[in-house]
Amino acid sequence: MSSTSGDSTTVSGWYELFSRGSRDWLRHSEKIREAVRDHLPQIVAESDIINDGSRTVRVPVRMLEHYRFRLRADSEAQGVGQGTAKPGDLLGPANTGKQSGKGTGGTERGGAELLLEFKVDDIIEWMWDELKLPNLQPRIGQSEEAEWKREGWDRRGARSRLDRRRSVKESVKRRALDSSAPAFLDEDLRYRQLTRRRQPALRAAVFFLLDVSASMTESDRQLAKTFFFWVAAGLRREYRSLDIVFVAHTTDAWEFSEADFFKVAGSGGTVASAGLQKVNEIIEERFDSSSCNMYLFYASDGDNAVDDRESARVELERVAKLARYAGYVEISSGLRNSHSETSKLFDAVSALGLPSGRCTIRDANDVATAVRHFFTLESQAASTDALGLAP
Amino acid sequence: MKAVWRDHLPRLEDLARSLGLEWSPVIFEAVPDSFMTEIAVYGLPVRMPHWSFGARYIYQLLQRHMGYSRLFEVVFPGNPGRAYLAASNGLADNTLVAAHVLGHADFSKNNLLFRRSQETGSEHIIEHAASHARQIECDIEAHGFTAVEKVLDAALSLEQYIDLDRGLRRERYEEYLSPAPQAASDDSFRARFATLDGDEKSAIQPRRQRAPLPPHPEKDLLWFIATYAPDMESWERDIFLAVRAESFYFYPVYATQTMNEGWASYWHARLLREADFIPQDTYLDAIKCHSDVVRPVAAEEQIALSVNPYHLGFTLWEEIIKQGGVKAARQIMCEDDDFSFLRNNLTRELATDMGLFRYKKQANGPVKVLAEDIDELRETLLHDKYNFGAPRISVAEVKSDGTLVLEHNSDIDKRGLDIDTARKVLGYVTHVWRRPVVLRTVDAASKPVQVLADPAAA
Repeated sequence: MSSTSGDSTTVSGWYELFSRGSRDWLRHSEKIREAVRDHLPQIVAESDIINDGSRTVRVPVRMLEHYRFRLRADSEAQGVGQGTAKPGDLLGPANTGKQSGKGTGGTERGGAELLLEFKVDDIIEWMWDELKLPNLQPRIGQSEEAEWKREGWDRRGARSRLDRRRSVKESVKRRALDSSAPAFLDEDLRYRQLTRRRQPALRAAVFFLLDVSASMTESDRQLAKTFFFWVAAGLRREYRSLDIVFVAHTTDAWEFSEADFFKVAGSGGTVASAGLQKVNEIIEERFDSSSCNMYLFYASDGDNAVDDRESARVELERVAKLARYAGYVEISSGLRNSHSETSKLFDAVSALGLPSGRCTIRDANDVATAVRHFFTLESQAASTDALGLAP
Repeated sequence: MKAVWRDHLPRLEDLARSLGLEWSPVIFEAVPDSFMTEIAVYGLPVRMPHWSFGARYIYQLLQRHMGYSRLFEVVFPGNPGRAYLAASNGLADNTLVAAHVLGHADFSKNNLLFRRSQETGSEHIIEHAASHARQIECDIEAHGFTAVEKVLDAALSLEQYIDLDRGLRRERYEEYLSPAPQAASDDSFRARFATLDGDEKSAIQPRRQRAPLPPHPEKDLLWFIATYAPDMESWERDIFLAVRAESFYFYPVYATQTMNEGWASYWHARLLREADFIPQDTYLDAIKCHSDVVRPVAAEEQIALSVNPYHLGFTLWEEIIKQGGVKAARQIMCEDDDFSFLRNNLTRELATDMGLFRYKKQANGPVKVLAEDIDELRETLLHDKYNFGAPRISVAEVKSDGTLVLEHNSDIDKRGLDIDTARKVLGYVTHVWRRPVVLRTVDAASKPVQVLADPAAA
């Protein structure tokens, strides 16, 4: 009983040392983040991130509940209240008073909602933690892969590259001959030099081919674009030297810039060969298949025109022979037959032993699964198909 | 002169003593509001870390921030007792709070439930809790944060499952059944038979029989798991027992809340009234504070759907002392808990005076005020107080493959458990039991259902 309340200001620092509440709250937030991370597919499905430029996603979450045994919620609850009420009175919910006076510990089930903000970059990080381009092989690339490397010293150079250690050494050497000489002269200074060196490079080109024909509904296109968005974002993070080519087709095919590609809409019939042919043209024009890893990802609802079957097969085989992998994402938001024209095309290519596979996206939750599916393929197993995933 | 209330304290104590209060010495400490909030959330000034406290802490902080509730004081019984006062309390507040604390200290020294709990160790609960927290820090160091957290998830989710009647310190069950009682010895044939010579072998030892585990439905889940879990590490058992020891401390606090707060409120009011040494303005401020604390419904409301325990307890004690005097009241204070206190003393007249009513609330529907019935009203008030307000669950058996079978007794609550949350809790429990755990309860149609959690499947 010796301390007085007057010294509470001096001891308050002492109590803050505990700050157990904040510590456990941080742990709670961490757990929420973990939980949200496990529900990545749902966040990824927030497809509006493609269009609006913000680099964050907001996810509303409830406070985590630490579970205890409790009774089933009853449709009726009885209680005792206090105030001016007569038997038979009906009290509106508005009359509920709050517990007054001193608080009793919080036993309330957390009704509060929190709004967590995630950086898109973080989500990409989580999603691509263990993901890789399948069948990637190092090939000697072009000069753009050359890197600046530190190499050697010179008496001239930028101040920022002054090597002080070297310079002092020079000064020491000089003064060893003449101890009366000044400590530093310009001739002592040594600067690090940079040279360009070619690196054996991992070069890759990825073709995104999107079917925008009339049969692809707005939501189908949105699903396909969400898939492409996450693939593009992830690939860019992994590979510094990466070309992504965006092609859309109906009965005809066009190459787009990235920004336009994510806005593209179209109408008309589906002729896959047109799109594949466009891809082949671009490959011939711009890429050397011997020095570049090429990938094709094709998204469609699978309703290819029947009379296009043969030419589409030829074009696809041509791409698949050059490419390290050809993937097909079937968007089937409606109730569609999984043995569509296009999936048969890809199955035929797989049957030839060419590395290819397919995967079905039914709704937004499948997007992350599809990304994982294509990018966790073991390189040697890449040629087997992905039927197991979408029965 | 912030500390002026302390000048009143010795005289306040003399006055209390002359009115018959007796208490162990109390150490007063003024602490920052954030620390008060922590005490309220954790239940103890120092306690083991767990994320669920963090969630409650933020919730409370928001409540405080919005002015819904305010905490003046928390008292921990013991010898010496400790009283933490919010540093933001004004002078009048603290004069009142000091008197209030004396009431609590008197109560916790003399009430039977408190006395029994202090005899078994909760006299030094603050030190024990701090050493538990310290031990758990060491466990985190040794076994990693996630491993410890998983054990705490399980232990704290079963926090309410202790058996007060069997007490804090318990021995393992007898491993074997005690041999069946010998046939009556006045049976002359048997007596003669026993004297006959026989070869050694035929003197068959009655085979010892293993006792079933547990021999009776076991309410103390924390103790049972800590004692009989097949593969639990010793540090995990210690965490379970630490949580259990703290639960034993919490029980009297929980089971006498109305009595205890009422008693302290009665005495702070009376002490202030009779303390002529307190300046008039301080007294007025303190009395205003008192009426805020014991008011039945918040000022701007007409009707509350809950009962303020301060008000209820205060009113009952006033009536008891008016009727029978302080001596009779002290006896009730020593011997009762909230159950007997409310059942014996909440009369129909008092309930009517206080405007207590029963109501029925339908999900998302209106709230209907029910007909007067004092017995029903008392039981409804007490309904959530049994067993820390938790559903009754006990260990029914441990099967030969190690499966733990828990049984929910729905006879009293007439309702089954919420299956989803039960499954989550079983998930926590399998982590330490390391064998399947089964829970038997009933569904909405009162048909038996089983919930199973298997660690192998997880």
